[in-house]
Amino acid sequence: MLEFINENIQLFYLIILMVFVGIELIGHVPSVLHTPLMSGANAIHGVVIIGSIIVMGQATHMVSLILGFLAVVLGTLNVVGGFVVTDRMLEMFKKKK
Amino acid sequence: MQQHILQIIYLIASVTFIGGLKFLGNPATARQGNLIAAFGMVLAIFGTIFLYTTEMGEHLHNLGFIFGALILGTIIGWIVAKKVQMTAMPEMVSLFNGMGGACAMLISVIEFRHIMEALESPSGFLIGMSENITGHILAIILGLVIGSVSFAGSIVAYGKLSGKVKDKSLGMQQLINIGLLVVIMVLSALIVMGNGAYTVQLFYLVFTLSLLYGILFVLPIGGADMPVVISLLNSFTGVAAACGGFLYDNKVMLVGGILVGSAGTLLTIVMCKAMNRSLVNVLIGNFGGGSTGEAATSSSFAGSIKEVTASDAAILMKYAKKVIIVPGYGLAVAQAQHIVHDLELLLESEGVEVKYAIHPVAGRMPGHMNVLLAESNVSYDKLVEMEEVNPEFATTDVVLVVGANDVVNPAAKTDPNSPIYGMPILDVENATNVIVNKRSMKAGYAGIENELFYKPKTSMLFGDAKKALTQLVSEIKALG
Repeated sequence: MLEFINENIQLFYLIILMVFVGIELIGHVPSVLHTPLMSGANAIHGVVIIGSIIVMGQATHMVSLILGFLAVVLGTLNVVGGFVVTDRMLEMFKKKK
Repeated sequence: MQQHILQIIYLIASVTFIGGLKFLGNPATARQGNLIAAFGMVLAIFGTIFLYTTEMGEHLHNLGFIFGALILGTIIGWIVAKKVQMTAMPEMVSLFNGMGGACAMLISVIEFRHIMEALESPSGFLIGMSENITGHILAIILGLVIGSVSFAGSIVAYGKLSGKVKDKSLGMQQLINIGLLVVIMVLSALIVMGNGAYTVQLFYLVFTLSLLYGILFVLPIGGADMPVVISLLNSFTGVAAACGGFLYDNKVMLVGGILVGSAGTLLTIVMCKAMNRSLVNVLIGNFGGGSTGEAATSSSFAGSIKEVTASDAAILMKYAKKVIIVPGYGLAVAQAQHIVHDLELLLESEGVEVKYAIHPVAGRMPGHMNVLLAESNVSYDKLVEMEEVNPEFATTDVVLVVGANDVVNPAAKTDPNSPIYGMPILDVENATNVIVNKRSMKAGYAGIENELFYKPKTSMLFGDAKKALTQLVSEIKALG
């Protein structure tokens, strides 16, 4: 266990720092923006698609290939859908006076 | 060399995620923030496709399939996201969140199969890896469990918000859920620490149980609390993505995932606070699902319901000095955001001061009403938040409640037995007149009666919000 943490100590530092950054970023957001913010965050975790691309690029078996293909499609849906929906919400926040 | 460029690309992408999220927190910069993050994402995706090399120095294969999948996903995602009605935004977010969860889940399944194959093959190069393998399997299992829960849960939440799935609660639901969670954890520990016996069977058992847990976890939670649940599942998917980052030692996945995980968790808590409830209370409270039984019996409030015709309401509003409109989910369902804006303009041309009172959880998501009204060009500064608007009701002549219910229910202040007791509400009862537009006397999403409707100063304008408001507008015009 100790060995495992030591080997990946950089990653653990990164995780802890990111937890605080995340908390800091959301700290003082008006409730008006909660929905777009949730939607934007939703799009950002679509970064999981990188993993599916790596898996797909190394797949040799039929099963891996099919599951990988599905994973990339779903990941893309998350990314594209997430960003587009967020943009549509925010498009309406233009100030009109 | 290429590997080094890729690392820099990942660094840039990570910065765009952090900066994008920061910008998203301010109304003036939110849209750029979203675009910045999207740009970073595109960069990271194409960087990975062209520059990623395995430990053996090989580039990625199957580029045709990868691009095929990307194009397919982009087309479907784009069309769906562009076509969806503004009212259906919350369930759309939930659906896309589920897709991300499913993606993390599938990655885990494939990686697990890889490892199992490698372990079974007699080739020796894996022996050096075996110390690392426990960490790998741990990341795989975590990604599998969290991804599956997020996927199944999000789909149920999507179904609930779009009205396809009803609230259901089995007996002893909480006990079953906790038991299931313990079983999943024990089995996962067995896979990670175990001696390899039945590993494959255990893996698929954990997979199935996690999906089941995701369903059972969301099923009993009332529809009114769905935004909180979606936000929570959103942060789950973030953590699942971070597990993938751990698996591939991929910093950008780790940064993006953890960032969403922590920001999402905080957002969830902030949303709970807006409803004056704790997260635990939301998750085990059975809000809206189980509380109807008691409330249904107490429908005998003093006073009776008074109906008002559109022409009477028109007169009342036309000759008022100040009108506050309280929009709710009913407005969204009826797509009445444009007609309500027409009403606002018409009244203003008659010299009436018009404002909108926005409860933090009006609609099905915080900010839902703002988005909807902004769509119909309602000016941003006319939308007043609860704390600011509450003192103003005392000087208001007419409050028009359009399809809102629980957020104006005085029981939240007066009845300690009410499930919404303690939730801050809009004090519409302080106004001189209250006109409530509703389709029927049906209870709101929390499933409880509203005493407001029985008060002497309240009159009911029954009907679909769009039709009722259209009628109201033409009646005001007819008054000349």
